[in-house]
Amino acid sequence: MNSALLVNIFRFIMLLAIQVVIFNNMNFLGYISPFPYLLYIILYPVNSNKSGLIISSFLLGLMMDMFCNSGGIHATACVILAYYRPYIFKFSFGLSYEYQTIKLNESLTPERFSFILVSVVLHHIVLFVLEAFEFRFIWDILLRTLFSSIFTIITSIIIIYLIKPSKR
Amino acid sequence: MQQIFNFIIKNSNRLLFLLLLGISLALTIQSHSYHKSRVISSANFLSGGVYEKINNVNEYLNLRTENDELVLENARLKSILFNLKDSTKAPAMDSLKGVKPADIIVSKVIRNEYSTHENYLTLNSGTKEGVKTDMGVINSLGIVGIIDNTSPNYSTVISILNMKSQINAKIKKSNHFGSLTWNGKSTGFVQLIDVPRLASIRKGDTIVTGGQSVIFPEGINIGTVDKIYIQEKTSFYVIDVKLFNDMTNLGHVYIIKSKDRDEVINLEKKEKEDE
Repeated sequence: MNSALLVNIFRFIMLLAIQVVIFNNMNFLGYISPFPYLLYIILYPVNSNKSGLIISSFLLGLMMDMFCNSGGIHATACVILAYYRPYIFKFSFGLSYEYQTIKLNESLTPERFSFILVSVVLHHIVLFVLEAFEFRFIWDILLRTLFSSIFTIITSIIIIYLIKPSKR
Repeated sequence: MQQIFNFIIKNSNRLLFLLLLGISLALTIQSHSYHKSRVISSANFLSGGVYEKINNVNEYLNLRTENDELVLENARLKSILFNLKDSTKAPAMDSLKGVKPADIIVSKVIRNEYSTHENYLTLNSGTKEGVKTDMGVINSLGIVGIIDNTSPNYSTVISILNMKSQINAKIKKSNHFGSLTWNGKSTGFVQLIDVPRLASIRKGDTIVTGGQSVIFPEGINIGTVDKIYIQEKTSFYVIDVKLFNDMTNLGHVYIIKSKDRDEVINLEKKEKEDE
């Protein structure tokens, strides 16, 4: 058992618990709730096992669906985000991202912010399209995506800097 | 053969992704299809247990409103009791079995949801208490929804604030029927559609459940007429119904166990087979 795996399992359980207990009950204006549980996918180590990420994201989404009674929308959104994460890395950090040591939980540079932004928007668009499932709700989908993304990004950044390991 | 294995190993991530995407999309589509219970639901020991724990804490915050509602219901029941003029006019019992057609299970909402287009509630009673799929759920103010999935200790409810739900309802004073749906916009209003143009409706009329389905007994309160307009295509009335219930704040609910239900369903099944 290496420590990275343990950290990931701990993150999985903690983020899911926080999401279910606190953030699922936040309904700003009746329909806007943040989804910081996808920090698990964002913070997953860059060069670790990719199929592990896809499977664990699927399980994470399935757990969320179980708690939200939402069929399979969280699972779909999580799997898509997990699969396209390397492409988002490439987009945000440039082609040679695999050779850099990317640590997301350090000071917020434009690259890191753009990575979080693209990931969150991708996840939310898939989520809300599948949730509404009908074309006549297109404005509703866009509005929900916009507002929920803003709240998710704010809460995610706050969580990242709250759990940041202290520097010596 | 070698090449097939090479292909699988080379594209293992992509294949895994497509497999899991397929599973989750199938779950999503299955959950959106009408009249099918979802495979993944919160009626299980894990999520049910977590929600029960959370609800135990939240309950204290709502004690006051819950009490107020109970006092109001008590007052109403007492007024019925004291104003009963003639003991011979007592509600008619089923003379054969000596019980009312509907039996009631008291339960509690441990998770309430109202922010999406397809909302579900989770209750803390399940098959152990006799809850079955397609039972009606009401509270003291009006209807709440219909039981969807059940587990030994928990059950999920399709809320009336769910675009999939369709409930038979009528106008209290004129017996014109329609079906109750939700357009996904406001948590305080549902829509009564397919009401014939012959019906005379005025703002403020009361809408109650109709007796055409076996899920709800006839005459349970739903809400009052708020806005009336005519559907262009079918030229039926569409009525905005203002709910008596505040669906964002639900505590104790009653599950209606209809004694006649199995009989009616069996009869209808037989009728279909004969045709």
